[in-house]
Amino acid sequence: MRFRLSYFVIITSILLFAYFYSQNSIVTSSVVFTAIPFALPLALAAMVGVMCERTGIVNIGIEGTMLVSAFTAFFLGAILKNISAGLFVGIMTGVLVGLLLSVMTITWKMDQIIAGVIINIMAAGITSFLYRQNYSIPSTFTPIDIPVIGDIPVVGPIISNHGPITYLGIIFIFGLWVALYKTPWGLRSRSVGEHPSSADTAGVSVVRLRYINVTIAGAVGGLAGSYLALEAVGIFERGFTAGKGFTALAIMIFGRWNPLGAFAAALFFGLSQAVTNQLMIDEVVQIPQQFVTMLPYVLTILILAISAGKVRPPAAEGIPYEKEKV
Amino acid sequence: MTNLLDVEGLSKRFGTVQANQEISLSVKPGEIVALLGENGAGKSTLVKAVIGLVKPDSGTIRVKGQELPYGDTAGAIARGIGMVHQHFQLVPVMSVTENLVLGDEPTRFGFIQMQKARRETTELSKKYGLAIDGDAIIEDLPVGMAQRVEILKALRRDVSLLILDEPTAVLTPQETDELLEVLRNLAKKGVGILFITHKLREVMAIADRVVVLRNGKLVGTTTPKESSESQLAQMMVGREVVLHVEKGPGHPTGAALEVRELEVLDDRKLEAVKGLSLQVKAGEILGIAGVEGNGQRELVEAICGMRNRRRGTVLVAGKEVPNLKPHEVHAAGVAHIPEDRERHGLVASYSISDNLVLNQFDQEPYAKGWIRDLDAVARNGEELVKRYDIRTTSASAPASSLSGGNKQKTVVARELSQDLPVVVAAQPTRGVDVGSIEFIHKQLISARDRGAAVLLVSAELDEILSLSDRVAVLYGGKIVATFDSKNANRDEIGRLMAGSQGSRS
Ligand SMILES: Nc1ncnc2c1ncn2[C@@H]1O[C@H](COP(=O)(O)OP(=O)(O)OP(=O)(O)O)[C@@H](O)[C@H]1O
Ligand SMILES: [Mg+2]
Repeated sequence: MRFRLSYFVIITSILLFAYFYSQNSIVTSSVVFTAIPFALPLALAAMVGVMCERTGIVNIGIEGTMLVSAFTAFFLGAILKNISAGLFVGIMTGVLVGLLLSVMTITWKMDQIIAGVIINIMAAGITSFLYRQNYSIPSTFTPIDIPVIGDIPVVGPIISNHGPITYLGIIFIFGLWVALYKTPWGLRSRSVGEHPSSADTAGVSVVRLRYINVTIAGAVGGLAGSYLALEAVGIFERGFTAGKGFTALAIMIFGRWNPLGAFAAALFFGLSQAVTNQLMIDEVVQIPQQFVTMLPYVLTILILAISAGKVRPPAAEGIPYEKEKV
Repeated sequence: MTNLLDVEGLSKRFGTVQANQEISLSVKPGEIVALLGENGAGKSTLVKAVIGLVKPDSGTIRVKGQELPYGDTAGAIARGIGMVHQHFQLVPVMSVTENLVLGDEPTRFGFIQMQKARRETTELSKKYGLAIDGDAIIEDLPVGMAQRVEILKALRRDVSLLILDEPTAVLTPQETDELLEVLRNLAKKGVGILFITHKLREVMAIADRVVVLRNGKLVGTTTPKESSESQLAQMMVGREVVLHVEKGPGHPTGAALEVRELEVLDDRKLEAVKGLSLQVKAGEILGIAGVEGNGQRELVEAICGMRNRRRGTVLVAGKEVPNLKPHEVHAAGVAHIPEDRERHGLVASYSISDNLVLNQFDQEPYAKGWIRDLDAVARNGEELVKRYDIRTTSASAPASSLSGGNKQKTVVARELSQDLPVVVAAQPTRGVDVGSIEFIHKQLISARDRGAAVLLVSAELDEILSLSDRVAVLYGGKIVATFDSKNANRDEIGRLMAGSQGSRS
């Protein structure tokens, strides 16, 4: 059932694309091209969710992680006049936030929702308190023209000419999928998220694995934040992540906690935004800007309503592991 | 020769319960030690302390002379300890093979070799005579199968000390015999075995030494040669136990439960119950004898509304009960003791009191209109805990804190205390100590004597023969013969269970 649905979606998408492409190849390519920068931060943020929840930790602090990371990436990039240094700092910030979440949820066994809320509030507070105007980074990361692939007809112009973080992110997503389903780390991580005592009795340290995964996930959140500040937009503003970290949770659920599923869901989101933008530019439709900015939220609600009750989250999600309760 | 395991002065307290008190015990290479004790005596706590799942308050644990730190499961495994857990440690959504290799995966270039793992599963199941499908998902498996996986998981790693916490509770007699044979062979190769069971027959059959716990204390050590089953039972319980069932003649009246032409599919969508009809009269116990996997589970679940009846009807007191509505089946007067108490009998995180009203929490006197009467729930909880001898600190403790046998008693208490006209009991004494078996048997008989129709399904032929007024033999989803228990012949029933044609039907 699930499989047939995904095949159906893929085939319909290809047919639709073929149809529009035959009508107007340039506009169609450019719409699909711009869908990728819309989708990427959502996809990366969803990976943070996937990595955490698969090991049983609910992370609603993705938004905050991205926000502080974008902040440190941008300002350090601006101060040091070096965006690569900014990127490094952004990722490290994510690592620290991941560690903080780990300590709160795994060691202190705090309520995981509250821990996430703390991260979000702290992030919003710190970044708006320390925010200064009149800073700018020397440049954003520049697009890479991929040699051979860029010359492939139809597909080439869409997937070539994105920035380095985009490619890094996409490689990471596929890598995460492989790791999650094909390696011992993945099997152990999933078992820790489903039934931690089984993993423990098989000699897998639940606490250690959760720490590792939540921390790496933090780094990915840092990458997503840095992407926004250093590659996509090149500026930083207060509240700059605009709820992407929450939308990502919906995407993760829609993608059934599967990296590729979440990536596909994020692409769908990105595409819907790109299409709306194009329709407005062409003045095909006259919608007030407010409705356009509303789109991701409306989609989020729709998606959650559709998938509610049909998806099955990792069973041990949100429950601190306590040995003696086995 | 150094001992494989030395436990010295081990104590562990949970709140006010002293689960283990100053326990010392050792296992030598090649020795089979049976650990006996009532439900809640502290057997699981002791072995969990050894494998590092429970942190003792005091005492030392040494493996091959080396002291083991508290709570170090990975370390215990690395030193060659394997354990079959009473509550399966299997990931429900994963396959059998994935569960078997978890924590010790065959890899190549960092990737799991799934093909190789699958082959290993097949070889392992052949080697130990425990048939299992490596690709089956754990949550779809009946408990007996899950138990095999749990055992194979421990055997897969080369262990020098194998601990088994009630491995035979859900196995068929044949499987049990095979497992005992496997254990004997392992012991011959020098593996030390610590074996927990409530079945005295098994203890007499394979133990070199028997250690008995009562109320957290070690009360005695003996050998099968020096003692008898009834002596062991007495050591465990501290009083004399009647090991055989005493019951008067039944007084059956009209049919209370009727099943007509029932057809049910199993999880693999194959026909498991094939046009089965049966009748249980008020005031009689009908026992279903059969090798597990011949449709017992599907029959019980279909009667109780937990599995789709593809064809056929179920009538209680002459009225048809709805399909797939367990709550309404209960309301129609059917009590159900499910075979898998963990999955279908209890909500582990709820209190014992709440579990005791699980199927009537919204009815008088436990609720007034929309509002639950928590006092009534608590009173009922305390009373049943006392009446059914559920060993716990308090009726408000979560069900997950109960020992295995006490969980079973909780389910039995809930179902039998409501005095419903029909009782469907699947494996009612699974994992229960001898004293409690006696008690549960008495409860089933008194349910019959007050006029209930009791349908009893059990993998233990002895239990069926001693409790039932009539015995039906189930084979291949059909009832192949029915006997009056007075003229039931054990050998003939055994043959019919194995599939040979009966002389009567
Ligand atoms: N996590 C826990 N929290 C509180 N009490 C517990 C916990 N685990 C066990 N106990 C209590 O400790 C006592 C010993 O339990 P244990 O599980 O060791 O019994 P057992 O001998 O294995 O019994 P059974 O034969 O029924 O499995 C029981 O009274 C039980 O209620
Ligand atoms: Mg136990």
